[in-house]
Formats: sequence, C-alpha cells, structure tokens
Amino acid sequence: MLPQMNGWVSCFSFLLLCTYYMATARNANTLLELSPQEYFSSLQPGRASLVYFCQDVSPGVRLFLEQLENSVGALQDYGISVVKVNCLKEDVSRYCGKENALMKAYLFRGNVLLREFPTDALFDVNAIVANTLFALLFNEVKYITTLVELQNLENSLKGRSNVVFAYVPAIGTPEHRAVMEAAFVYGTAHQFVLTTEATLVKDIGHEDSDALSARLFFCHCQRVPDLTQPCRRTLMVQSLATLNIHTYLKLMAAPIVTEVAEEPEKVSTVHLQLGLPLVFILSQKETYEVDKRTAEFVAWQLLGKAGVALLSRDSVDLNILLQSNIALKTAEEGAPIKYLVLEDTDEIIALLEDKIKGEQIQEDEDESDSNDQDIQDDQVMEAVYRDRKRELPLELIRTLTEETFNAALTETAHMVVLFYASWEAVSLAMLQSYVEVAIALKGTQGISLAKVNCWDWPDVCMKQNVTQFPITKMYEKGARSLTYTGMLGTAELLRFLRLSSISCPVKLTTMEEVDEYLSGEVHADSSSYHSTSVLGIFHPRMKEAREAFVEAGNMLRGYVTTGLYAEDDALVLARKYAVPLPALLLARHEDHRIDSVPLSKQSAPDIVQTIRSQLLETFPEITVENLPDYLSLEKPLLILFNNGGLNQRVRLEMLSLANGKGHEAFLACWMNLKNTPVGRGVLKAYFSTPPPLPLLAWVNLHSGGQVFAFPSAQSVTETNVLSWLEKLKAGLEIPSTTLSDEAWKPPLPAYNFLRMMEATLPEFTVHTVYSRGGTDELQQAEEVSEEKSTLREEQVEEPGLEAENGQSPGRDLRGTVPRLAGREKPPKRHTEL
Amino acid sequence: MMAPPAAQCAWGLLLTFAFYMGSCCTDSASTLPHHNYCIIGAGPSGLQMAYFLQRAGRDYVVFERSHAAGSFFALYPRHRKLISINKRHTGKSNSEFNLRHDWNSLLSHDSRLLFRHYSHDFFPEADTMVRYLEDFASMLELRVQYNTAIIHVRLERDSRAWNGHYFILTDHNSQNYRCSLLLVATGTWVPNVINFPGSEYVEGYESVSINPEDFAGQSVLILGRGNSAFETAENILGVTNFIHMVSRSRVRLSWATHYVGDLRAINNGLLDTYQLKSLDGLLEGDLEDLAIVKDKKGKLHITLKFYLENSNSSAGAESITLPQDELDNFATRAPYDRVIRCLGWKFDFSIYNRSLRLMPGKGNKKKYPLIKPSYESRGTRGLFVLGTASHSIDFRKSAGGFIHGFRYTTHAVHRLLEHRHHGVPWPSSVYPITQLTNSIIKRVNEASGLYQMFSVLGDIILLRENATAFEYLEEYPVGILAELELHTGRKAHNGLFVVIMEYGKNFSGADKDVFYYNRAVGEAQHAWQSNFLHPVIYYYKQLPTVREMRLRPPDWPLPRPDAVHHIVEDFLTDWTAPNAHILPLRRFLENCLDTDLRSFFAESCFLFALTHQKLPPFCQQGYMRMQGLVGNERLRHHAVEAGLLEDHTVMHFTDELLGGQRGSRDQLLKDHVIPGSPLHYLVTTKDEL
Repeated sequence: MLPQMNGWVSCFSFLLLCTYYMATARNANTLLELSPQEYFSSLQPGRASLVYFCQDVSPGVRLFLEQLENSVGALQDYGISVVKVNCLKEDVSRYCGKENALMKAYLFRGNVLLREFPTDALFDVNAIVANTLFALLFNEVKYITTLVELQNLENSLKGRSNVVFAYVPAIGTPEHRAVMEAAFVYGTAHQFVLTTEATLVKDIGHEDSDALSARLFFCHCQRVPDLTQPCRRTLMVQSLATLNIHTYLKLMAAPIVTEVAEEPEKVSTVHLQLGLPLVFILSQKETYEVDKRTAEFVAWQLLGKAGVALLSRDSVDLNILLQSNIALKTAEEGAPIKYLVLEDTDEIIALLEDKIKGEQIQEDEDESDSNDQDIQDDQVMEAVYRDRKRELPLELIRTLTEETFNAALTETAHMVVLFYASWEAVSLAMLQSYVEVAIALKGTQGISLAKVNCWDWPDVCMKQNVTQFPITKMYEKGARSLTYTGMLGTAELLRFLRLSSISCPVKLTTMEEVDEYLSGEVHADSSSYHSTSVLGIFHPRMKEAREAFVEAGNMLRGYVTTGLYAEDDALVLARKYAVPLPALLLARHEDHRIDSVPLSKQSAPDIVQTIRSQLLETFPEITVENLPDYLSLEKPLLILFNNGGLNQRVRLEMLSLANGKGHEAFLACWMNLKNTPVGRGVLKAYFSTPPPLPLLAWVNLHSGGQVFAFPSAQSVTETNVLSWLEKLKAGLEIPSTTLSDEAWKPPLPAYNFLRMMEATLPEFTVHTVYSRGGTDELQQAEEVSEEKSTLREEQVEEPGLEAENGQSPGRDLRGTVPRLAGREKPPKRHTEL
Repeated sequence: MMAPPAAQCAWGLLLTFAFYMGSCCTDSASTLPHHNYCIIGAGPSGLQMAYFLQRAGRDYVVFERSHAAGSFFALYPRHRKLISINKRHTGKSNSEFNLRHDWNSLLSHDSRLLFRHYSHDFFPEADTMVRYLEDFASMLELRVQYNTAIIHVRLERDSRAWNGHYFILTDHNSQNYRCSLLLVATGTWVPNVINFPGSEYVEGYESVSINPEDFAGQSVLILGRGNSAFETAENILGVTNFIHMVSRSRVRLSWATHYVGDLRAINNGLLDTYQLKSLDGLLEGDLEDLAIVKDKKGKLHITLKFYLENSNSSAGAESITLPQDELDNFATRAPYDRVIRCLGWKFDFSIYNRSLRLMPGKGNKKKYPLIKPSYESRGTRGLFVLGTASHSIDFRKSAGGFIHGFRYTTHAVHRLLEHRHHGVPWPSSVYPITQLTNSIIKRVNEASGLYQMFSVLGDIILLRENATAFEYLEEYPVGILAELELHTGRKAHNGLFVVIMEYGKNFSGADKDVFYYNRAVGEAQHAWQSNFLHPVIYYYKQLPTVREMRLRPPDWPLPRPDAVHHIVEDFLTDWTAPNAHILPLRRFLENCLDTDLRSFFAESCFLFALTHQKLPPFCQQGYMRMQGLVGNERLRHHAVEAGLLEDHTVMHFTDELLGGQRGSRDQLLKDHVIPGSPLHYLVTTKDEL
C-alpha cells in the first residue's frame, strides 16, 4: 500500500507544480451532477473523488452543497473530482438508501472508499480541502498527541530527514488547510507531523504566547549525526498561510551558510530572491575556521530572517576598509552594500532585527513619521495645555488693571503681584502655584495677592519693569518693591512671603533681645520657614560695616532672617562667642547650635556671599530645591543614595568624611529617594542594573562626568571610603558610566519652508544664483523652475476640483471659510488664482 | 551738539530778533535763527515727529503756513467723512493691540490723545481730525510756528554742519531760517491736473460743490477712480441722471489689494449701480487723449484730441467731429452737464532749490519725491521726508502714506536720527535666550507697527555670542537692513532674526479673487502658503549685504534668508495657540540656534543636572539660578500622562534600559576602528561557540 501511495503522491506533485499557484483562480468549475450509475461507472483507478449522494434538498443540505461547489476548483488542483450524485427515489442502494447517508460525504480512490465525512465537518472550503487532503495524505502526515511520539519520530529520522511539526488548534481551519497543502508538495522532502494538542507546544518550550494560535516548527534532524544530540527546532514566525509556509520551507532547505568567492554585488541567494537581507562575514585565510564558526552561529540566530554568507577576502579584491568585517546586502535592487565594523555577533543580530523592525515600522508609519514635529514635546506646555479646561479658583486673587493697579498698592501693607501672560505656559504653571499660595495665606492680615495679565495691560507691566514672565513682586506700603527671585513653586513662594514680611535686619538693643532672637523665639510663627537666624554684631563705631550689613539683610530679605546688634556692649557678645568684631552669629535652630563667623570682607555683596555659604550644610540632603546651591560649588559629589532616612552610624561616618581630611575637594551629600523620587531616575542613568541601596557614588560632574559606585560589598566607613577615593584618584577603578557632555540639540527638525518655497516660487531660486553666483546653481535653478511650471499648472486647477468634488469640506475651522470641521489629507495648495 | 549757544534760547526770542533783522540782511551764519531740526508742515506726520523730538529734548521747530494744525483736513476730504477707521471696541484692553484698529491717533504717552475719545463714529468727521491735531499740538506743547509758509529751501555749504550743509528756509515774509536737518512733512496737496482741450470746463474736486441739490437732474462725468472720485459720486448718486467715471486703469478695490489707499467699500455705491445697470457706469480710457467740447446749450461732449487736431479750431463747437459721428454707438455719446476732476494730489516740488536735487519718483510714484528706504532724500543728505509724501517706499503695498502707518515710520526716522546725530543707539532690550519664543509671540500678537507697516517695518533680533541671549529692536525699516549696524549702533555678529508681517505672495491684487474656496490655510505645516496677514520670521547667519538687498526678488521685502518661518495665518489674528503657532515657531528657532528651547519642570532639570554635563537653556538660566519651575502635582501628572515626564515614584527600570540599548545601537552604524583581526572579537566575546 505504502509504495503505491508514494507513487501516487509524486504523480500528483508533478501536477501540483503546474497548478499550485493557479489554485484559487479557477473556481468557476461547477459541481458535477451524475446519477449513481453514471458515477460508479466513471470511477478510474487511483483517482480520488469526493462524492455526496443527494436525495432531496433541505435547507441544511443546500448550504453544504454550496460549500461543496465552492471547493470544486481547489480540489481539482489536487486531482480530486467532486461529484453530486442524484439518487433516484426508488434507489435503495448502499449509499442512496440509508437515512443517515444524507448527513455524510464520501471520499473514494478508484472505487475504494477511503473515508466518510459527516457533512458538518465539511463546513467550508477550508474544511473540505483540509479534511480531504488529510485523509489522502494519511501516511505522509503523522498525527501525534504526545511529546514522546514527536521525540521518537525525530530520533528515527536523525541524520536522514527533517521534520516539519505543525500545531493547529482544530481540524478544518485555514491553518490546517495550509499545512496540508504544504504537506502535499513537500511531503516527500520532509516528514510532516501534525498535532492539535496545545500542551505539546508548551512542552517543547514555546508556551510564552497565546496557546490558541497555530505554530509550525522546522526540526533540523537531518544534520544531527549523533543520536544523543537533539534536533534543533526553528519556529516559523509568520502566520500559517500557504505562501508563508512555502517560503519558510524554502529558506529552511537552503544551506545554513553559503560560502562565496565573488564580490558581494554579484552574489544572489534564495534569501535575496525572497526579499530578505544577506549578511556577509568577511573572512581571511588565517581566521577562516573561526570565522566559519562565527558565521554558523550567526546564521542559526538569523535563520528565517536573513541569510549568511562567508566571503573570503583573499579570493576577492575588495576595495574597502581593512577593518570592515561585515557586509550587508539588502534585497532592494540597486541598494549599495554596507560595510561595517562590528565587535560582537549580538551587534549583527541586533542590526538586522532593527532593520527588519525598522522596515515594518516605516511601512506602517511613513506618514506619521513626519508629523512627529507637530506633537508637543515641551512638558510644561503640554501639561498646561492638558489642564486648560479646568477653572482655577481665582477668587482669592485680585485681578488688577491699568486703572486699579496704583490704588491697589496702597490698600494693604503688603501687596503681592504676579505679572504673567495668559498665553504663556510657564506663567500659567506659576499661576497654579500662586493660587495655592493664596489659599495657604487666606485670612493672613496685611498681605494680599493680586495678578496682572501683561497681555491685557502691557503698559502696567512695562512701567513696573516687567519684561519677561512670570515675575512676582511684593509691594510694601511706602517702600520699594521686592522682586521674588526664588523657585517658582508654592512652598518656596510661601516661605518667601512669610519671611519677607519680617523687615530685615531686625534691630536689637538689649542682650535679652539678642538671646531671644538667637533662640528663634522672635519670629516663632514663621520659624518653620527659617532654620537659621543670622545676627550681625558690630561696635557702634563700625558705621560702614553696619550699613553694609543692613543692605545685605535687605538683599536677603525673604530668604534669611537677619538681626543687627550694634550697642556699646557688642564686645561682650563677641567675647562670649570668641570672635572679633565685626562678626556674624548663626543660630542653627535645628541643631541648637550657634556658630560665629568673623566678617573679613565688609561690602554688602561680600556679606551676602558669606551668609549664603554659611547656610550651606556640610553633609546636606540633596533635594530638587537645593541642588543648584550645592552645584554652584563646582565640586565632585560624593552622594549616598538611600531609600529613606540614614541610619545613625552611616550618618556619622559620612559626617566625619565631610569634615575630614581633604573634604574641601568634594561635597559629601545624600539623597533620600523617598523625598526625592526623581533620584531613581538619576540611579537609572548611572547604573544599568538597579543597585542595592544604600549606595555611595562619586560623581565627577564638572570634570569629565565619570560616575563611580562604591563596592556594595564593603560597608560605608570613613576608612573604606577614603581608600576607595584614593583608588579613584589613582585611576584604578572603572567608571560605571560617563555622563554625556553633549550640548542640547533641537529635539526635532522644523518645517523647511525655504525648501518648500523654492519648489514653487521661481524668483526665490533665481535670486540665489544672482547673489551667490555659481553655474551649477544656475542649472539647478532652471531645473527647479521647470519643474515648477508644471507643478503650478496642476495646482491652479485644484481649488476648482476640490470645490466641485465637495468631498473635502476644508481642513478645519482655523481657516476663515465657515466650513464643517473635519480633516482631510494634507492639502496641496494653489499659489495662484 | 553743533548748534551755537544762541540756538538753545527760546525760539520766541530769536523770532523777535529775526524781525529786527528783517529781510534786508544776508544769511550770515550768526544772525539767522537756527534750529537743529526744522519740520515743514504741522499735519499728522509733522506733529508726530515734533512729539518725538520734544520728548527727546531736541531743538526743533515746525513751520505751518496755516493758522492751525492739520490744514489739509480743514478742506479735505470735501465730503468730510474720513475713511480711516476708528474702532473703539476690540474686546481687548491691550493698548498696543488696540492701536492696530485705531487708524487716526498719533503716538504719544498721553492716553487722552486717543482718537476714540474724540469721535464715536467708525468713520469720523474730518473736522474731528482737525480738532484732534490742534489738541495734539497744544496739549503736548509742541513748538509750531503757525502762519509761516516756507516758500523756498536752499542749501548752504558749511563744513561744520551735521551733513556738510545747512538748510536755509525762506518764508513768505522773506524771513530766513537755518536748519541743520530738514524734515519735510508737507504731504501731497497740489491737485493733479490734466490739461487737454476743453479742460477749462472741468471742475476740480477741491472746489466742486458738495451740495447734492446742485446736481439734481444732471448728467455727470467724473475723471479719476480713486477714493475722492467715488466719494464725490457717492454724494450725488441719488440725484443725478447718471454718473460716468473714466480713468486709465481698472478700479482697484482695497479689499482685493489689501491696500487701504485703493477704493474702500464705504465709497463704492457706484459699483453697485453700474453692475446693476442703473445708468451709472465706469469706463477705461486715457485722459490724455480726451477733449471736451461745449455746445450752445452748455452741454459738454466728449471727443478725442485726435479729432480736434484735424478740424478747424476757429470753427464753432458744432463743427467738431464727435466719435459718435463715426461710431454711432460710442459709449459716452450722451452729453454731460458737468465734468469733475478727482485725480488726487501730488507733492509740492516747487519750493526746493535745484541744488537739493529733490526729484520725483518714477511711474506711478512720480507724485512723491524720490527717497531712500531710510526716508532720506536721494539727492540731499539731511533731508528726510515724512508722512504721506514718503509713501513712495510702500506705495500700493503698505500703510506708509496714511496716519496709521506713518506714525510708525516717523518713529523709525526719529530713532535713526537719534543715533546719527546724538549717539543714542536704537532702543533695545536684552533677554536670555529662553525668552526668545515668548518675545516673538508677544510682539506678533500685539505690536501695531509691525501690523500696520507690514513688510516695511520689522522687529530685529540680534543674537549674542553662543546664542545664550538676544537683543530685541522694534520696528526697524527692513529696507535698510544691510546698514543696520550703522543706523542703530547695535552689533549683529552672531546672526539675526527679522520678524515681519506679510500677506500671501499671490493673494493681493486688483484682479484677484480674494474669496476663493480654501483661501485660508489652517495647518501649521502649510503656513508658508498663508494668504492673509501673518507673521514671517527670517533668519540670517549674517547681515545681508547691500548688494543682496538690492538683488532681492521683486516684491520680496528681504533677500533670501538662511531659514524662514511662517506662523500660520489666523482668523482672529491671535497667534497664541500652543500647538499650531508656538510649537512650530519653537522648532524653527531651535533649529536655527541648534539648541533645545523647551521648558522643563524643576524635577527634570534636577535629573539633567545630575546626569548630564550640560543643561538645556531653560534649566541653565532658570533652575540653576534657583528659579526652577516646580509646578504642582496636577501639572506633573499631566506631563507624566503625556509621556513627557517620568513618574519615578513607580519603579520601572526595564523601559529605560531598553531605551538605553536602543540608543547605543544607533551608534553601531558609525564606523569603529578596531585593532587587530576584526573577527577575533566576534568570537571571543561569545561563549556559545
């Protein structure tokens, strides 16, 4: 039986070669209708036929007959005739008479009945073709249900033949048909195996995606010389369609690595013919063996996606860089061959996968690609834009106008005014914080909040010297205004407003007042806003220094509370804190500590500078708010990242580092990721894998940008860190990353209107020639203007066309013509009418 | 600065002194009354310049032949209705913006001197203008010498003078005045007259009756096709038999040409009656060929000069051939009762001595003196032409011939003079580069000088080194862009932007259909095809040269830039839309400057500050100076949703890792040089083999 079958199949294979691709085109064939007698007498030996014995046509039967008729053409391609036998009333033969025969179709080869199908299994053309072929190819396509069966089969074929293993969720599906059709053609070349058991797919290690979709694997058993080694299995990535399977099997049959000895330009393989890229591994005599192994390794990775060829440089005279080790040829006709220098096989694979992906994306997104530039990429603008529909609770903020502005300033002791522009995003973001400040200050005496929209009242803003937005000013009755220069945020502005209502510096006249001031009790209500109070002490004769201090206090108003003591007994105070006059006392309320600093330089800006630097901590917690202060020191950072507060031991170790030998050279600080979640982003940028916390890092921010991580195995102690720092200095450590020193470039290109104009406005290009000279430019210009004249003719007609078609009701209401909203494809515009 | 001390005295004193000297005296330098700036004419432009000079504390005088300011408006327009709009409500309080729709006010710091306080009419009465100008001169205490008609101007060479010569002005009393600089603000007031046989029967616009009753039942021919012609027709349209209007060129409608000097819709009643065949009509013909013959009954017949030349002049009117004798359906065969000439005015060239070489322009600009784009005479250094007379610069294009335009060009001339003679550079403000987009958006949305004097005045943005800051100059005449450094005292070494407003290149014109379907562009990517007035920004890496300016394409305000950006036209002329207007502008500026001009929340700046060695300008100039934008939770949430800010409170490392790898993969395509056997690396790095 088996040899017979084989002969039969090969006979049909030949036939199939001629008809394979025409299969679906010829379905005009109608269902052959015969009487029982005619049918049985027409049967030829070896020829298969699918037959239905029809008695009377019920609606259910009519539906089946329609499907049967539809599959006539498809089955004919495989040499199977489809027949409807009209039974005679009185006929009570084997097939016509039986009651249940109405529900069945029969498959004969010659006059031998091969299989009977219930009609509901033949629900459509796919099912009819799949089932019919499945029955005919019973011996070619093994149906299995367990992994063991598959392995046994593979083992039996090792060294002899390859296995095509398909999983289909159900019999009679389009995928099943595709597999059967492939089996019909390739059944002699490979062993086909079919299963409907999803668990089998899972068992061979492909459980990741949804189990319901059909799969096809190519098991490379022919190359396995040794029974102990398993057959490699390659999954077909494409969907199970006839053409895909055909392509796939062709690729699998191709040699894994093609060895070539001619120029890449001339090489053509099955891959290129099928539209896939071909990778050349450029080899040399000395490294040939190694290169061959490399090529095979790569080829296995790329199997089904690209071809790999091994080209010996010695055999061809290549006019390329000596370093190049890879060449890439794409199926695109005339595309140049790319020569590359790659370091790693992963790079080749990545390159090709990107290429394939890139091509797919390009196909999908050809249009949207250029529209990226229309998409807002400014986080502030986009955030404000998304929030535009929300109404801010502005009741607590007065809106001032040109008429009311001056009067309003005299109404309260402190009038805070936000100058903004209603169309400007940063202004509007600030306005939100301003509203929150207003809510926080609600009911506070002597301070009221107002805003001026400079888009409405440009003159007011100009008179107040507001030339950019947003600007917040505080107007004090009878005094000069104070411009807020801090962070544009709720907490920061609130702190400024609370502190700036205290006039600075406070004049203290008695020792009691001094003690009270230094203890932080003076402005207890706003003490939460200032952690350090500054007191300047002067001898009554030090007039200049005192005045400078007063000025400095004014400059720092809103940021630092300052006090002044300049009585006769200032010297007593100075002695108490062991400091020569003039001096500053800094009461650090949190630490309950009072530091004294002699004032060496006595100009106001110097005093401001001294106070500012004194306010910096030795081992600060870095936050979004205070980072700029510390970065201005321009020192490398030794940052301890932690998720939460620091434990006492580490804090002490770090403190002694910060105060210890060589501490001037760097800034020791720490970051609490709970307070500053964006610190995680910093860590991500520093380390490819998230390191365990706490983590100590050295960041050379201002010189070179290297980042080093303190070994997590060591504990953070002063000695360990110091010796690590020594190693860093000696260059013995490898940085985990180097921060980019690239300048910030435009995120996306702009519309190139100049080029667009050149294409339609001749005078523009002609002018170029005159002004800048050059003959080739002249030619170009001529070409362009020629192109253009044709372009113009086309364009001129367009408005009329558009109007007539009536299918393009304008772009949107942004134009002036009252039209219905609705987008159309990018309009070609007319330059003339 | 070069004036003798005497000139610093009150000019009244000098005048008395001058009277004593009388006309007998010579022009010897020491005895003549001297002024640094002499302005001829106390009309709108003369007063406008006087205002600027006064504010700058300069020595100036205005000579006015009439007893009051604005004498042109005391007579014209004859029918007393101004066609310059007085829009009192715009729904906006922005005073600068509102000037875009106030075509009558002069510029001043005094908000009482806004025309809307003078008239409620959209098209105000001419008398109101006279009153306004008088108030402007008196309230601002401008130094105007009335009843002084300058009848002659000549030059006196003197090497000490600002320009190598003084201007000697002689008035009708033969009183001479010596001026360092002459500002001609006389307007165009000499009626255009065409002489042809029979022109003696023609009445002029300047004297024709304005009482419609006088035209009842008459047939009228009007020569000319400007606003004065139509205004005259409008007045008598209802009472005449018919009105015919003849001129050489076709009618130019201002709403089609976008030029306010062309026929305004308010005057176009005759177009209606013509096109609806209600007897009135428009004809084209050259007035030079025309002749008018009066018959015995006093009726006026149109004929051609050609016929007159062929006939015996001594014979009576009846013997003259009329066109209808040969062509019996000749259009204007019906006799007229009156012919009215409404041909406009021209500049009075007569008072200038030849040595000043004040020449008329060419073609249709011959009614204006020839001047340079700096408004200085081509013939004489130190002579500037202001106001309507300076319209040759932008005739039939922009608004330089009208109050709402020349108030700005006058301002520009004043700024040029301040720099040239007093060393005061063109006013400018310096901003950090982060304010660049904002500065432009602010100006294109409110600036009225750019808007009215479109394609003539432009804002100039001079970049500072490394593009970290820029200098903003307002309303500079772009015609003299090449000489910017010379005229303004500002340096343009690092590239510049020019912000101007333009109509679409092929949109305006007498024969253009300005209502065609899809005339308005809505999408930013097609902005360059915008038709209505819209902002255009030119970028030059270096100042264009004089030669490049000269060779620029006709009708182009500027030569080819290195890059150009159009902000898409807007129905509301409100260019503040974040996505359609601001975003494309930012991209343009970014690409010109090769930097990133986005704004960032403080959190992003913090991240950049710790992970990059360089910062985007917004972070550098804001956050790093302790002025970062903190924002609030809601805004940050929006930014996270938009994918523009990462939410670090949620940990997802994998995304970032993938992102990083992708970036490095792009690097692969750049050739790396590897020592030794290239494939060695491929093998040794892989254990799988």
